[in-house]
Amino acid sequence: MFPLDIGSTLGHGWMNLFYIVTGFGFGFALERAGFGDARNLAAQFYLRDMRVLKVMFTAILTAMLLIFWSSALGLLDYQALYINPAHLGPGILGGLIFGVGFVIGGYCPGTSLVAAATLKLDGLFFILGMAAGMFVFGETVALFQGFWDNAGYHGEVTLQGWLGIRAGLAVLAVVLMAIGMFWGAQKIEARFSRGTGGDPC
Amino acid sequence: MNRFPKAYMNPYLAGIFLGVVLFASFLVFGHGLGASGGVAVLTGAATDLVAPGHVENNGYLVNLVRTRDNPLDTWLVLEIAGVLLGGFVSGLLAGRARPGTCRGPRIGVRARWGFALLGGAIAGFGVRLSRGCTSSQALSGGAVLSAGSWAFMFAVFAGAYMTAWFVRRLWN
Repeated sequence: MFPLDIGSTLGHGWMNLFYIVTGFGFGFALERAGFGDARNLAAQFYLRDMRVLKVMFTAILTAMLLIFWSSALGLLDYQALYINPAHLGPGILGGLIFGVGFVIGGYCPGTSLVAAATLKLDGLFFILGMAAGMFVFGETVALFQGFWDNAGYHGEVTLQGWLGIRAGLAVLAVVLMAIGMFWGAQKIEARFSRGTGGDPC
Repeated sequence: MNRFPKAYMNPYLAGIFLGVVLFASFLVFGHGLGASGGVAVLTGAATDLVAPGHVENNGYLVNLVRTRDNPLDTWLVLEIAGVLLGGFVSGLLAGRARPGTCRGPRIGVRARWGFALLGGAIAGFGVRLSRGCTSSQALSGGAVLSAGSWAFMFAVFAGAYMTAWFVRRLWN
């Protein structure tokens, strides 16, 4: 039944409209969470406010449970969903580099868009920087094409596939890990929280 | 416009809200959310505008702007258009859509812009190397239990925590 194939059933125009609506919900949620202000994001890395971890893992948990429940009920075909292929080499190196940029710049791509949308100039500068970084990546990728394509490539491997366990068990493990992280986040905040400081920007 | 901004949504509640949007994306399109891809397409289109033909020499951007008649007619761009709109409306309703610069207590406005630009450039390079960002890899790949996405997610936190001490003057 799901996922729908609205491109061929309703046509290109409707599909485009649905993408804008989805983006609207996405941007709205990020802004409501407080992610239009870089200080709320950076605070995660100084243990003052664990909002980033809480929002991210609650979102993952919510979507994951809904996906696996609906697929267990036969409403959603899990096999038809896009599974990001594992390119562990460039994925992990890129993630580390991205993390460095995240704490220096104060945003990630989605949140910088929301910051810019709420008229924050630092968000706009982050986006311009991102464009420059992507341009440089495109100019230089030929130098490390082999690494980018092949290093640690394992195809569309899932956690349950990699560990050789049932999907339900992997879901349970993620739920337990997230609950542990939420518990830890509350403890850490109780100890280090000083608010984000300063006036609204 | 409100004089005083509203309080943010409870983070767990905001996470559920975001998770439902993410689930809806999988239901309707079969894939999750994306933010950096749209920026990459726009970067390619801007490059093409400034230096016509140059993307042909750019091993990455060329694939983003030469595969369709109209390079901007892709879900990646439409979704970030929606993100801008949704972020703006939410900020407007909460009294937070007003011009400013978000910065730590000990850093000047111009310095903050410079570090935002620098951080953005580093993140932009990293995000192309890893084939996705916190949205398309961490959130979307995380929810469908992609092993590569989970590795990426922990690498992002590791990179940020390892750097935080060195740049503490930016935020503390």
